Amino acid sequence: MELVEQALKGSSRAIAKLITLVENRGEGADEVMGEIYPHTGRAYIIGVTGPPGSGKSTLVDKITLKLIQQDFTAGIIAIDPSSPFTGGAVLGDRLRMKNVDTQEKVFIRSLSTRGSIGGLSRATCNTARILDACGKDFIVIETVGVGQDEVEIVSIADTSIVVLMPGTGDEIQTIKAGVMEIGDIFVVNKSDREGADRTAQMVRMMLDLKQSQNNWVPPVVKTVATEDAGTVDLIEKLHSHREYLSQSGKFLERRKERVKTEIRKMVEEKIRAQVKSLINDYRSFNAMVEEVVSRKKDPYACARELTKSLLKKQLL
Amino acid sequence: MEVELMAEEKRIRVLVAKPGLDGHDRGAKVIVRALRDAGMEVIYTGLRQTPEQIINAVVQEDVNALLLSILSGAHNYIFPRIMEGLKEKGVTDILVLGGGVIPNEDIPGLKAIGIAEIFGPGTTTQAIIEYIQGNLSKRV
Repeated sequence: MELVEQALKGSSRAIAKLITLVENRGEGADEVMGEIYPHTGRAYIIGVTGPPGSGKSTLVDKITLKLIQQDFTAGIIAIDPSSPFTGGAVLGDRLRMKNVDTQEKVFIRSLSTRGSIGGLSRATCNTARILDACGKDFIVIETVGVGQDEVEIVSIADTSIVVLMPGTGDEIQTIKAGVMEIGDIFVVNKSDREGADRTAQMVRMMLDLKQSQNNWVPPVVKTVATEDAGTVDLIEKLHSHREYLSQSGKFLERRKERVKTEIRKMVEEKIRAQVKSLINDYRSFNAMVEEVVSRKKDPYACARELTKSLLKKQLL
Repeated sequence: MEVELMAEEKRIRVLVAKPGLDGHDRGAKVIVRALRDAGMEVIYTGLRQTPEQIINAVVQEDVNALLLSILSGAHNYIFPRIMEGLKEKGVTDILVLGGGVIPNEDIPGLKAIGIAEIFGPGTTTQAIIEYIQGNLSKRV
């Protein structure tokens, strides 16, 4: 496809249009991803997550600047939540990336979650693949960061960075376990504020208690993103983690796990979509519903009956 | 699970930009929120944007519409630069609108360079929303 060729050659406009086509599930989106896929695999993916206001965007701006100063190219995917009522969204992360928003080596795309509960959408993964295929060395994905939903980022990122801020000292106890599990690196940003050391301490304690099953103990880095303080340290830890993953074989292992999950999810989605329409078309479905409501049948038996029937008919 | 229905639908993507040295953006922010409430995806890049930043954002974000809000009076200088830059990047098919403090006598000149419409102070957000929705569908 013409658009794919141009994008692979590096045309920003083509890349952007490709992302839109795939995000909108347009005509031929799957085929396009099929064309793109063989060119992927080179980029290193960094996930940045954390509660709102922790300074993720500013941090991403500074990290990316350092990476391009080290002669790498980068793609940034900045995700913000869509309104559950209107479907619209304010995508305001780009605003904070003033150091890299006109850099030749950096491509920034803002995405809305478009209703996806996990905070990431299929579009995120596809956008990352497009940027990968088009030659970006690093892809930084900044996610919404609303509690347990952050766990989804692990399904895409090679290194996951969790960004916290001081004042989450006591509240850290209540941070859902999931968040502590997913971080490969923890950052206490805005660490010029009171309580920064305490927060860092608490995170370290929680990580100790966790007893990681592998040899990587997530480091805790203090930063002040607005002043670009601590970011050199952070980049070092990033490169260290990458080293660790490749030397321990975990890099390949994780990517295999991801592919397994992805294919499984896509199959589940396709089946779910089919089941929905099949059930709606099922002749006796409404009659079944009436019987359940009037207590002549129970919903559990009905579900079993329906499932058996659909599978038997090999309608799926 | 109606949330599923909203997933991955086509959305109108809009960039609201404040070029130049304007000091405040309360008006722009009102528009940003209104457009979001109308179901659009709005990229807002804040104050003091250079033409380069705006053009770059338009290209990378593949927006359907660009709303330029300016209060400083520099529109006759900045808007043409932005339109030129967009043309250079091959972006000729988006809806470009202007808003803020723009005297009536300047409007024809701006329309001549490709700004589809100018929305002065007092325009309702509803009018802008309807204009965008109405005029984008014509282009598809």
